[in-house]
Amino acid sequence: MRPDDRKYLKSHEWVKVDGDVAYVGITDYAVSHLSDLVFLDLPDVGTDLMANEPFGEIESVKAVSDLYCPVTAEVLEQNEELLGDLGILGKDPFEKGWMLKVRLQKPNELNDLLDAAGYEKAIQEDESH
Amino acid sequence: MKQTTLHARHVALGARMIDFGGWDMPVTYSDIATEHAAVRQSAGLFDLGHMGRIAISGPDGRTLVQKSQTNDLERIPEGQIRYALLLADDGGVIDDILVHNRGHDVYLVVNASNREVVLAHLAELARGLQVTIDDQSERIGMIAVQGPRSPEIVQQLTAIDLSELGYYRLAEGLIGDIEGMITRTGYTGEDGFELYLPVDAIGPLWDRVIEIGGDLVRPCGLGARDTLRLEAGMPLYGHEIDRGINPVEAGLMFGVRLKKPDYPGRTVLEKVKAEGPARQMTGLVVEGRRIPRQGYAVLKNGNPVGAVCSGTWSPTFEKGIATALVASGALADHDGFEIDIRGKRAPARVVAIPFYKRDGSGSLNV
Repeated sequence: MRPDDRKYLKSHEWVKVDGDVAYVGITDYAVSHLSDLVFLDLPDVGTDLMANEPFGEIESVKAVSDLYCPVTAEVLEQNEELLGDLGILGKDPFEKGWMLKVRLQKPNELNDLLDAAGYEKAIQEDESH
Repeated sequence: MKQTTLHARHVALGARMIDFGGWDMPVTYSDIATEHAAVRQSAGLFDLGHMGRIAISGPDGRTLVQKSQTNDLERIPEGQIRYALLLADDGGVIDDILVHNRGHDVYLVVNASNREVVLAHLAELARGLQVTIDDQSERIGMIAVQGPRSPEIVQQLTAIDLSELGYYRLAEGLIGDIEGMITRTGYTGEDGFELYLPVDAIGPLWDRVIEIGGDLVRPCGLGARDTLRLEAGMPLYGHEIDRGINPVEAGLMFGVRLKKPDYPGRTVLEKVKAEGPARQMTGLVVEGRRIPRQGYAVLKNGNPVGAVCSGTWSPTFEKGIATALVASGALADHDGFEIDIRGKRAPARVVAIPFYKRDGSGSLNV
């Protein structure tokens, strides 16, 4: 079971609220399926992100994937340490591997997202296809 | 989807599988970088069961081989192998193949995705000839052991003296206690071997290589196969070659003899060669960590002059590398090249293909 202190998107991103800010990242499942990561492109600080719209991209040897923001938010900070070492995603995607620190603009959107159990179910369906 | 005889072993090893030309094949067992490094530094084991294997024999067998492909069989001694192409009448490439002169027959190894097209092409050219075209793809299986430590591993499988087996040579004989073929060929840029046995013997052979090889050998998937072949400058059908690209443009004239009995596409190639190709295959090295991919535009001084055929992140050189077909005129000098990577322009440097050679003479080796 993945951490239940946060919400998930079917497209394998997570958002964790911490006071009046939140952290956004991707799950271990996404990391293991991407494998051989070489490049991460994140939006600049101050960018306004729309819920369910691509905000950046992550590139592996085999493919490039869009990253989707689970919530409408403003970018407060990029994880500079992660940008310097994508290997962190393989070891700790849920804590040290956060990508963006953001300020939520529509906190109600969190109610539309999956909890850990719902995400678990979504990836099981994904696997059976 | 089709499965090779090794499919259950791939799944048991935890491989991630993908559809490759209608075959459910392993892309990686661990990760591409690890498997790539194993082949460059030690040895890797590949399932090539999906490739097409066609034996041509009969009184007119050699005639069919001569009139169907670009290399000159008269210049391939018995026991040797050459790269060749099958061309359409307009000079476009139907497939790239290896021609094995075994004496008793000529053995063609063709791409999995082109097998049916190649068989149809051969059947068409064989009209009126006394020839047997034996598609052994389902009957004979194939694995590759590639890398600097491969000779010591493969030698333990056979009494054939591999020190006597030169590059692009073949030997038929016992592998274990079963009749098969070993060739000193591969698609990685390293020393290595491809082993052919009846399909029922392939599973035990695979297990034996892992048992003998121990820490020296690692199963490798199509992901590493692609990064290895691209560093080594070897073409992949659907990327560097296809029906719309001729061998002069693709830089593959080493596999083409123009002075030999006629074959489809020959006169077109003579013309293209005399006039000079409109486009040329070139290597590009890209700044930054973004990867150039097939179809991305190549720019010179901001103007489109070509497109990427294959691109990847080179594990050996830790750089984005690509092959691209570029207008010949644009290559007069090497300044001002960029690749449009999804709207962002990355400066690119023109370099010779191959990027990597095991003797250290590749364009990125130095």
